[in-house]
Amino acid sequence: MTKSITNNSQSSIQDLQPLIQIQQLSLSYKNKPAFQDVTFSIPQNSITAIVGPSGCGKSSFLTCLNRLSDLIPNCQVSGHIQLGTVNLLSPKINTTALRRRIGMIFQKPNPFPMSIKKNIVFPLKEHGFANAQEREQIVEEVLTDVGLWSEVKNRLEDSAMSLSGGQKQRLCLARALALKPEILLMDEPCSALDPISSGIVEDLIVRLRHKYHYTIIIVTHNLAQAKRIADYAGLFWVEEGCGRLIEFGTATQFFNAPEHELTKAYIQGTKG
Amino acid sequence: MSKPKTLSQSPLQSWFTRHKDQCLVWLLRGLAAIAGAIILLILIFLIKESLPVLQEVGIKAFFQDRAWNPVEQSYNLVPMIWGTGLTMFGSVLLATPLGILSAIFCHYYAPQSIAIIYRRLIELLAGIPSVVYGFWGLVVLVPMINRLHPPGTSLLAGICILTLMILPTIALVADAAFAEIPQEYLLGAKAMGLSASGTIWHIVIPTAKSGLLIGVILETGRAIGETMAVLMVCGNVVQTPDSIFDPIRTLTANIALEMAYALGNHRSALFVSGLLLLMIIIVLAIATELIDQEV
Ligand SMILES: Nc1ncnc2c1ncn2[C@@H]1O[C@H](COP(=O)(O)OP(=O)(O)O)[C@@H](O)[C@H]1O
Ligand SMILES: [Mg+2]
Repeated sequence: MTKSITNNSQSSIQDLQPLIQIQQLSLSYKNKPAFQDVTFSIPQNSITAIVGPSGCGKSSFLTCLNRLSDLIPNCQVSGHIQLGTVNLLSPKINTTALRRRIGMIFQKPNPFPMSIKKNIVFPLKEHGFANAQEREQIVEEVLTDVGLWSEVKNRLEDSAMSLSGGQKQRLCLARALALKPEILLMDEPCSALDPISSGIVEDLIVRLRHKYHYTIIIVTHNLAQAKRIADYAGLFWVEEGCGRLIEFGTATQFFNAPEHELTKAYIQGTKG
Repeated sequence: MSKPKTLSQSPLQSWFTRHKDQCLVWLLRGLAAIAGAIILLILIFLIKESLPVLQEVGIKAFFQDRAWNPVEQSYNLVPMIWGTGLTMFGSVLLATPLGILSAIFCHYYAPQSIAIIYRRLIELLAGIPSVVYGFWGLVVLVPMINRLHPPGTSLLAGICILTLMILPTIALVADAAFAEIPQEYLLGAKAMGLSASGTIWHIVIPTAKSGLLIGVILETGRAIGETMAVLMVCGNVVQTPDSIFDPIRTLTANIALEMAYALGNHRSALFVSGLLLLMIIIVLAIATELIDQEV
């Protein structure tokens, strides 16, 4: 990460380097296209919100970015994704290393069925953090980052399943942060949470982004949330039975002066 | 429940239409009660038939008599308990890791097409009649062991055959247990770049633990109850074995071999061994139930 930004003003964002360049990306399940011909660039250190009605391919799109799409049977991806100097869709790419660089948060909080601490320690061990002391330190650091430390420091050995929904989601966030990713993919991270937990997680996203300069791509159903946190926004929509990127631009332009009729209708709530 | 629409329905018919659900529920309850009653009847029958000898010589005789020689009032079951116990332990010890590994392979490593064929194969293995296993063991396995160490019909042959027979049980139960693991755990692990082996060891196995345990109990039950194949390959000499190459006789084989000509106390003593087997199976069933309740 080279540049740091301290505010959301458009001038400081627009001259950022594109980090991820997506060209003519299409994905289909069993020859039935989920989305087609998506082209746009995601700048470094920005929050990009992807919005759109359900079933338009937003989740499928995210899975291309960390190659989770490889694991879905009968799922074909075509097109080009450039991450820095790396061709992300190349079959030769080391997906383990890639997924360490790109963290993912799911809609349904999915901590592993083990202790709170082990949820963080286990992935660290898997990625070769051999020093136990260092691991302990990271556990405290990331739990503090997500505001869980004071809540769970006395029960680190308890099962992660005993946490509330919001706490679980924050643990998942902490678990992802522990691997020091550069990019975070979030698939509706707040939509399974109650409004208060949702607010806490949303604040965290903004705060952590400023602290660690993550590039965040977040799928959300919540337009108000997208408006509050995003620098860039894109609208996916189903046209002729297949998802498409209708419009992509800076958040200001997207929400205040959308070019496309569908975007206008969607943000005014008359469609979608 | 809607009212009958046509007036031509007889009162009985209309009563039936209105109470269709209750009828079904009572029918099912009745069938369940019959199934339960049959098991209870078998148990009572076993107890009744074994009582004469139990009253005459006492339970102790079955463990402390000089030998199994019922014609001369000597009822030591210990060698056969060893026979059943050792074949059971040996085969469970071999089949459990093999079955679990094969399910892991099927679920997490094999390509889709191979996994499907493999699964069918295991299901087929489960359906082969036990006498066929015994036959195969007698003509292939026993001569092989004989070359290694005579006589061939032995504890080892019994363990090998039983392993083959109970392998499908644990493999299929483990496969089902793995299929129930929430997909989001696996996706979460993949999305963090965790290795397949680490995921299996730290997430899959602990999550599927109770399912796997039930699989072990089921295969144990099958190993204890198996009669025909074991009878064909074990040699059936009543003795406590010194090595895995010694012939042995299991409790089940003992019943099958002697039932035809046993009379009086001898016959009653065979029922005692049947009762013993049934009791072990009941304990296993209760264990399954307890494990099931815990999750
Ligand atoms: N694993 C899958 N197999 C087959 N079809 C799928 C799969 N996942 C999603 N789809 C289909 O792809 C389309 C896009 O789904 P998704 O990406 O989940 O949309 P969104 O996240 O925008 O709601 C939907 O029509 C959905 O039914
Ligand atoms: Mg989705």
